[in-house]
This record gives sequence, structure tokens and C-alpha cells, in this order.
Amino acid sequence: MSFLFDNFKGWKAYCEANNLKLYEPVMAYEIAQKGRTASDIWAGLLNAYTVMKEAVETGLTEDMTSRSGMINNGAKKVYQNKLSVLSPDFQKLIARALAAKEVNSCMGRVVAAPTAGASGILPGTMYTLQEIHGLDDQSILEGLLVGAGIALIIEQRASLAGAVGGCQAETGSAAAMASGAMVYCLGGDIDQVFNAVAITIQCMLGLVCDPVAGLVEVPCVVRNASAAAIANSSAQIALSNVSAVIPVDECIDAMGEIGSSMESRYKETALGGLAATLTGQDISKRVLIQDIEILPDEESFD
Amino acid sequence: MAEKSSVFDMIGPVMIGPSSSHTAGVVRIGRVARRLLGGQPEEAVITFYNSFARTYEGHGSDRAIISGLLDFKTDDKRIRTALDEAKSANMSYTFKSKGNASTMHPNTVKLNIKAGEKQIEVIGESRGGGLVNIAEVNGFAANFTASAHTLIIFAKDVKGSIAFIANVISHDEVNIGTMSVSRKGKNDQACLVIEMDSGLRPISLDYLRGLSWVNELIYIPDIDL
Ligand code: SF4
Repeated sequence: MSFLFDNFKGWKAYCEANNLKLYEPVMAYEIAQKGRTASDIWAGLLNAYTVMKEAVETGLTEDMTSRSGMINNGAKKVYQNKLSVLSPDFQKLIARALAAKEVNSCMGRVVAAPTAGASGILPGTMYTLQEIHGLDDQSILEGLLVGAGIALIIEQRASLAGAVGGCQAETGSAAAMASGAMVYCLGGDIDQVFNAVAITIQCMLGLVCDPVAGLVEVPCVVRNASAAAIANSSAQIALSNVSAVIPVDECIDAMGEIGSSMESRYKETALGGLAATLTGQDISKRVLIQDIEILPDEESFD
Repeated sequence: MAEKSSVFDMIGPVMIGPSSSHTAGVVRIGRVARRLLGGQPEEAVITFYNSFARTYEGHGSDRAIISGLLDFKTDDKRIRTALDEAKSANMSYTFKSKGNASTMHPNTVKLNIKAGEKQIEVIGESRGGGLVNIAEVNGFAANFTASAHTLIIFAKDVKGSIAFIANVISHDEVNIGTMSVSRKGKNDQACLVIEMDSGLRPISLDYLRGLSWVNELIYIPDIDL
């Protein structure tokens, strides 16, 4: 049954042929591949969602100052701001995505979904979606399974790691998972869910990984907020039956292609982009311990 | 990929930040190495490569690898203070950096660890989302993820040994996911790595361990337990 994880086309065909909801083959995959029971899997998902919500609460209530000082209670400031740029819901969405991610930057407890660098996106989007639409937990957990199915395919066709595929692979994949999960939870059909994934990937393509001083703080924290926003905009577009034109599998192949041609200074090495700016370098000198024994570079074997 | 990923690699793991490649994955590599050594290391020389070489401190990978060697789990709040914890556990450590190792994965760490007379070298790759690949053990190509039930056997390279071991395992009604053999040097040593979808009975492990041509057997039922 694992054939369906090679691409979205196969996942859809399998669901249609067997009259299944999108999450069901993912559940079956996990049972078959990992020998877990369905009730264990639901319990695991509920635990993950609980940790996500706790991270949001922690980030909005406890002191969130990172060792470098670059992260300093930003989520709380957004949450408490009397000026709403768009709407209070949007403000909360942004604050929550920031909050969970700040907990991560401050060495707190989070769910890597799919990676820790992107750990604010599903908490921010799913928490807010549940609140606005009054969804029950079961629906959210099904959405998380759909999100997991999306990530499993991206992992096989491209990558989920910033060091391999740039930030598009981390925050981009998380946004795609969130967008697909949201459309599923709002009753979207399979085409709408996959269209949301495709649109989200299109919006996140090319994003490099350039963390200042190599810390998962700047720009990671604000990118969790923007990725949460893009997940929402893509869900809105997809649920209105606006086509992504390029099919989701091809969008993901494009992401893989871009990732593999990206230079290594844009892959978590903290040598390019924002990390290489004057201020970025100053911060790096200030926050990183300098007395490391750097051995000569190894010979490369061609 | 040897082992297919789980839903809980995508929605998970629950972990301590900041980076799953640099903290959770590294903790798991350390946990595997500790099991391969068979106990608490007294000395550890840790070499970070490529992407890891420059950023390991900022991402807390130094704390993460020490945490793994101390057998902390990926969601243990002591990871933040692991360097102090190492002192209480009487483990000494040295960190090194190497860049530009073009044959290696971007996020690679090499561990040379020691307890008493025993000393091992492990090379691990952190593949994102907390997933790992243990690339080498004592110079043998290993390539296992430690996400399944893993059996590692160092044995004399005698004829029929692999079929024999596979046969013993099959009597426990265990399915073999992946199986690889790596040979090294001229002294007829082989390293056999088997990933299984469920656990082996202790009696089967004892039996395999007792075979005259088996030098060492290491069983890792679940790296996260
Ligand atoms: S910039 Fe790099 S470290 Fe930061 S979230 Fe993106 S991929 Fe992760």
C-alpha cells in the first residue's frame, strides 16, 4: 500500500478507487509500516496536538528570551497590540505561530512538524482554525494525518531539511502541510486539498536557509508567521476552486530541483543571505564562542 | 531510504528546540553510539562536519550529542544544561570541526568514545526532522536509521552465516526490513546490520550471541525508549 506515498496522484487514485477519506490510507500506512494500532496513533496525534497548543500558550505567557537575545517576547507584543492590521483573528494567527516558534528557539518543548525550525506553523494555523470554526479535536487530528501524508511525499520527492533543500524545505513544507490540513478540515475535496498544497509550495519556492549566526531565530521565527499566513491565503484560494495550474507533484519536483541547485551557503551553513550581512556577521561574532579548534579542511575525493 | 518514515517523524518528534537536525537528530545519534559502546562513555571526541562544523554551537548540537551519550531522550529538559550534566557523570569531551568533507552528508558527526578498554567510532548523519542514518560503525558501512528494531552483529565472515542468522530471526516471526553486510580488511571480519519490524526474543539473542563465530552482538529495540 506504500505505493501511494510516491506521489499525490497515486494517493488520490487510491482514495477514489476505495472510497476513502484522505487520512485513511495514511493511517493504514502507519499501521502497516510501523505495526501500531489505530488507537495508539490517535493517542499519539492527540499528544502532539496537545504539545502544540501548550507551546502556543507557553510562548504567549512565559518569558521568551533566547540566549543570543535576538528573540525577545515578540509573540506577546503582537498578541497584545491594540492595533490590528487586518483583523483580530489574523493578529492571533500571527502571534500564535510566533509563540510556538519562540518556545523552540528558547530550547523549550515543541513538536517538530515536520522540523523544529517550522514548529510554529501547524500550531498557529490549526489552533486558530479550530477556534474560528469550532472544530472538534477529531477533525484536527485527521487534518494532521493528512499533513503527515503530504510531508511523507515531499520527503521522498524533495527534502524536509534546510541543510539539504533550503528554507522552502522546512517552512515551505510545513505551510503545505498546514494548508492541506486546513482545507481538509473545512470539508474541501481531494482536488482542493492538493491544490492548496500546490499553491502553498508555489508561494514558498526558492526560500533559502540563512539563519543569522546559525541560530534558528532570525529569520526563522518571522518566517513561521509568514508561512502560517501563506497557508491561509492558499487555503482560501484553493477552496474557491482556483487552480494552481501546475499539478502538486510537479510543484514538489520543482522544489527538489531548486533545492539541489541551491548553493551550500544557503543551506543552514550561515554563510549567505541574512547571515552574511554586516549586522548578521556582527551578531555572529558576538554570540558564537570563538575558541573552536578548526581543523584543516578534509581532502575531497573526486 | 532504507526505512520508510513514520507519521510521527512528520508530526514529531516532540522535542526540545531549537533544531531537529541539530538537536533531536543529534541526540538520537548519541543514544545509538552509547548503545554500540554498551554503556556510559568516559571519554568522547566529537567531530562535526560540513554544515555542522560551523553551526554546531549555535544550534546547541554540542549539548545535544552530550545528551545522547548521557542517554537523555529528545524531549528531556536537561539537554539545555547537558555540559554540566556530563561533569556529574564524569564524562570528558572534546569537540572538533571539519569543513568541506564532500563525500559526507551536510550534517555529519563522528564520535570516538571510550569506556574502560572498549573504544568505538561511529559516524552518524542527521537527515532532518530528527531522522538519522548511522553511516559507519568502526569503519564498517552500517547505514541504519535506528527507527526500527536493529540488530548489529560483528562476526567472522564464515560461509552460510548470514542465511543462518536470517533463519534464526525468521523463527521469531519477525520480518526483516533491511539487511546489509559490510566487510573490512583481510581479517575476515564482517558487520551485519539487520533492521526488523518487530522485536526478537531474548532467548534468540542469547543464542546468536553464543555462536562461536559471533564476536559481538548489539540489539537496539527502540532508540527512543
Ligand atoms: S531559515 Fe533555515 S533554520 Fe531557519 S527555519 Fe528556515 S530552514 Fe530552518
